[in-house]
Amino acid sequence: MSDPIKERYDFVLVFDVQDGNPNGDPDAGNLPRLDPETGRGLVTDVCLKRKVRNFVQLVKEGKTPFAIYVKEKAVLGKAHVEAFKALNIVTGQASKKPIPANLVESLDGIDWPEGLSVVEGDDGTDLVVEADADKKLVKEWLKEVDCPKPLKELIKKALDEAKPRKPTAAETERGRTKMCQDFYDIRTFGAVMSLKSAPNCGQVRGPVQMTFARSVDPVIVQEHSITRMAVATEAEAEKQSGDNRTMGRKNTIPYGLYVAHGFVSPHLAAQTGFSQDDLKLLWEALLNMFEHDRSAARGLMATRKLVIFKHDTALGDAPAHRLFERVKIEKKVAERPARSFDDYRILIDGQESPSSQIRLDLSAKMPA
Amino acid sequence: MKGFCLEVSGPFACFTRPEMKVERVSYDVITPSAARAIFDAILWKPAIRWVITRIEVLAPIQWISVRRNEVAKTAIPRSTGIFIEDDRQQRAALLLRDVRYRLHGRFEVLPADRRPKACNPVPDSLIEPEEQKAEPDLPSLPLAQVEAKYAAMFERRARLGKHFHQPYLGCREFAADVRLVDASTRQPPPVDDSRELGWMLYDLDFSDPADPRPMFYRPSMKSGVIEVPHPESPEIRR
Repeated sequence: MSDPIKERYDFVLVFDVQDGNPNGDPDAGNLPRLDPETGRGLVTDVCLKRKVRNFVQLVKEGKTPFAIYVKEKAVLGKAHVEAFKALNIVTGQASKKPIPANLVESLDGIDWPEGLSVVEGDDGTDLVVEADADKKLVKEWLKEVDCPKPLKELIKKALDEAKPRKPTAAETERGRTKMCQDFYDIRTFGAVMSLKSAPNCGQVRGPVQMTFARSVDPVIVQEHSITRMAVATEAEAEKQSGDNRTMGRKNTIPYGLYVAHGFVSPHLAAQTGFSQDDLKLLWEALLNMFEHDRSAARGLMATRKLVIFKHDTALGDAPAHRLFERVKIEKKVAERPARSFDDYRILIDGQESPSSQIRLDLSAKMPA
Repeated sequence: MKGFCLEVSGPFACFTRPEMKVERVSYDVITPSAARAIFDAILWKPAIRWVITRIEVLAPIQWISVRRNEVAKTAIPRSTGIFIEDDRQQRAALLLRDVRYRLHGRFEVLPADRRPKACNPVPDSLIEPEEQKAEPDLPSLPLAQVEAKYAAMFERRARLGKHFHQPYLGCREFAADVRLVDASTRQPPPVDDSRELGWMLYDLDFSDPADPRPMFYRPSMKSGVIEVPHPESPEIRR
């Protein structure tokens, strides 16, 4: 691992969408998000962060130290990284109960909740209840689960015997450090951490902060009706007397150029251990995240420009908004609607930047 | 001590009402606690406490609703992660849009026995040489000297756009543009809007770190200006 970063960065991310929906609005039946008063499109911060997470998960295959904590349902073995175990911190007394041989068969197909597991030992099978298993959650689960009564009794008993213990402040700190070491997204964006200690167990504030992306110009949303030459159920087929068609809807934006801003604070990086390598990976993710996020809904999306302002110091050399003002985006022909990236001109410090140049590293020192 | 004035603005802001935290609804204007956090983002030391004295609202109050997918869980070390599909919640937020405020604040230097312990001291490699020289050698110095040094440090940072982390308007995704306002130059007047704002969060009292207690106050906006009482004054209810 390289050292935590020592300088502040501010960045401008310019990306576009063609005939697609960059970020649906659950409030509006998944239409692209719009700022209703200006007609400009929006893409939320969390949408962009999700793409960064997915990219990192893809290229690093979820291996520590680049594991991702908040995952989409990828195919992943549920290998438990027992962070506390690795640190040899025992939080209280886990309870172990031998399972009678006649009940072992009924264990198949049970989906254990977090904190419960079955361990095959030399002298039979044991049920293990972790000390910090959420008792309320397990009791709820017990009501639902389908298993023989004696086994339920056994689980209840084991649950009662598990004695949680509050970790000390030092242990909490170690647990937090470990989480930051293992998980890229916690190191980068931070996380609300529960370490089952004091009620206010603190949060990790990540060094990377991103804002909503907004389109440069108002976008229009086109609604397309589409048909599917099949139906889902027999009943529908009968209703249509064999016509078997379903109508669907699709909403797209013909073209939109979006701008998001982001910030990297070295002080918070020092607290989570966000390093130079992590930063390199972040830039890589921002440049390539749309390449691995293709889908029917997205249309064509691409990062068009990533302007990175590097400060010489940790506190920075200039206010972020003044730096962002150095990047100007204008339409080449104002009276025609834009339909491609070529319809825009990106000026940086008054100079037109060639559209082939995707990443620019600039000094945050204000030009005299 | 003389106060400082910052002009802050941003396209969105969310100063969440504590009674509506799930589907977030913002207060009409910035809370003293969020304003304090902006000053803190630029300069904070265990020896000082920022006090907001006045809030001027420069832009009309406007709203926008945004619904997002959020996670319903917190991170625990024993698990390997959260599958977002299993713990997804869609939550709306009623945000403020295109906000602009002038915040007046000053700091008070705390006597040595009332200073909290810094949990994460800044590594030496991140401290600027100018500040290394100015770093007050704390308990031994007279408070006035400590105050003068920190005031100079804050002014330098705010003027040059330096900060500890990017200041934000209530939530970290709503970054704030911050400008130090020179007290001597004439500034545009605030909006012509007077209203009673009802009970608002004033700040959290962290005197017991394990159990922060909220404090409330009842501000009224007069032609865009809110006078903020001192945290020790009787107008603040705990």
